[in-house]
Amino acid sequence: MSETTNQLLDNLNALAAGLFLLTAFGIVAMRQIRGCLNLFIVQSLLLAASAALLGLRHQSEHLYGVALVNVISKPVIVPWLLAKTSPAEVYTRREIDQALNIPTSLLIALALAILAYFLGTPLLNSVGPDFRGPNVPIGIAGLLLGAFTLTVRREAVPLLIGLLVMENGAFLTGISISRNLPLLVELAIATDGLIIVFIMGVLTRAVQKHAGTTAVGTLASLKEAAPEPTPNEVTK
Amino acid sequence: MFNRILFNLFQVIVVLVFAPLASGVLSRLKEMVQSKRGPSILQPYRDLWKLFHKDEIVSEESSWIFRFTPYIVFVTPIFVALLIPVLTNYPLFFAFMGDMLGGGFVLSLGGFFAALAAVDTANPYGPMGASRTRMVGFLAEPVFMIVFFTVSFVAGSTIPYIVQEKWVTPLANFFAPSHVLLVLAFLMLILAEGGRIPVDNPTGHFELAMIDESKSLEYSGRGMALMKWGGHMKFFVLMCIYLNVLVTPWGLAREQTTGAVLMAIPLVLFKIFCLLLVLVCIESSLSKLRLFRITEFLGAAFVTSVAAMMARVFLP
Repeated sequence: MSETTNQLLDNLNALAAGLFLLTAFGIVAMRQIRGCLNLFIVQSLLLAASAALLGLRHQSEHLYGVALVNVISKPVIVPWLLAKTSPAEVYTRREIDQALNIPTSLLIALALAILAYFLGTPLLNSVGPDFRGPNVPIGIAGLLLGAFTLTVRREAVPLLIGLLVMENGAFLTGISISRNLPLLVELAIATDGLIIVFIMGVLTRAVQKHAGTTAVGTLASLKEAAPEPTPNEVTK
Repeated sequence: MFNRILFNLFQVIVVLVFAPLASGVLSRLKEMVQSKRGPSILQPYRDLWKLFHKDEIVSEESSWIFRFTPYIVFVTPIFVALLIPVLTNYPLFFAFMGDMLGGGFVLSLGGFFAALAAVDTANPYGPMGASRTRMVGFLAEPVFMIVFFTVSFVAGSTIPYIVQEKWVTPLANFFAPSHVLLVLAFLMLILAEGGRIPVDNPTGHFELAMIDESKSLEYSGRGMALMKWGGHMKFFVLMCIYLNVLVTPWGLAREQTTGAVLMAIPLVLFKIFCLLLVLVCIESSLSKLRLFRITEFLGAAFVTSVAAMMARVFLP
């Protein structure tokens, strides 16, 4: 392929990666659960776009496979599974609370992204020039931001989305450094994610049934399912 | 030499004449989206005409700041129009006087005096609006800074005429993540600085909810007309900076002939019309944020601009 086309593909891939980073920030800061889920869908589509563009750039069918698996599993099956398993009222809630307020968590997220750059640079320097691109540091940043989402959120479904963002970040790094990953591995990882969603969804439903809320951050103390509390204990 | 001075005057005249039209088109389009008929697109001109023919009342308690502010608000966008590319993609006569940072400072001078004048009259709503504008202003400032730093980082310059060429040579640069993210961040800034909807409601007339509007409550007659016209021009100039410097230089005059420069006027107006369509979509689909949510909106803009910078650093 010609030099200009390659440059264009590189830039488009970088654009997909940049927007991927932006959606990861959005998932950290978004207030609504529905908005979080939508951002996650956009992020998965961007991941698929990045895989397809890299596949086109390096003529690798495996990356097309990755893109296809991503388009099918995350934007379609994950929301469907969540809708099936977790209670519907989770989505009607608008405000979800966080351990930190939003500007603070955004600033910490920025610091994490810069950390990812310092983690990614030595990795990039140790591989061939063909593998260098924005995917490695941004993928690591996605991983860290997903982990950060896990720590600041107090709501079950956004916690699950944090886990999936971590997986997306790992994928984004993976597709740029391994061009010939067997499709079987990709499928295995994708199914893994789906099973996580399934289990977490069922767990959310169980938590909601038991505790009456899905704000798992407030469930700090152990409670026995034993007898009804006496009036004295309630006033305490 | 003579040509360049002439073209510079053209730019100023375009900004003076078409700025109210842009505001009129925007409000008309918004009303049409809401299935109303809306005012004529020439309504801002009529308002200005009416205000220029009315008596002006100035409070005895106010100082010289109150009297001078309308002129400063009116003149600063004209100064900036001398510096930036409105119609041409080559520097004109006065362009040596300042770069993008200089233009930003001159624009914010008008805002500074407007805030002072609002406090000056001791009208209870004026200082409230002034302090709110300052709040939006100091939250928007870091975003401006990062946008300018990223621009100078990518293009190696803060001179708008060099920057705008960088985005399209080669064409693949247009899709560079730093460019697209910068464009997004600056769009959010325009919404905040222009007092558009997620931050402020420009059509609202409820004093307690006003941010931008309440600064000119005390003005009447000619002073009010100048404040309004200055506001229209500031918005127009911001859109010109956005479209011509940060998005693309397409449609600008390349040859140094009068014909090419005149030809650029409809093209630039068309670009502005497209941006107005985008703004109408944003304004009609979002609601005004609560005052303390503005922090989050501008925080998002800040993160976007920093992501633009990082996307640039990440590219080896």
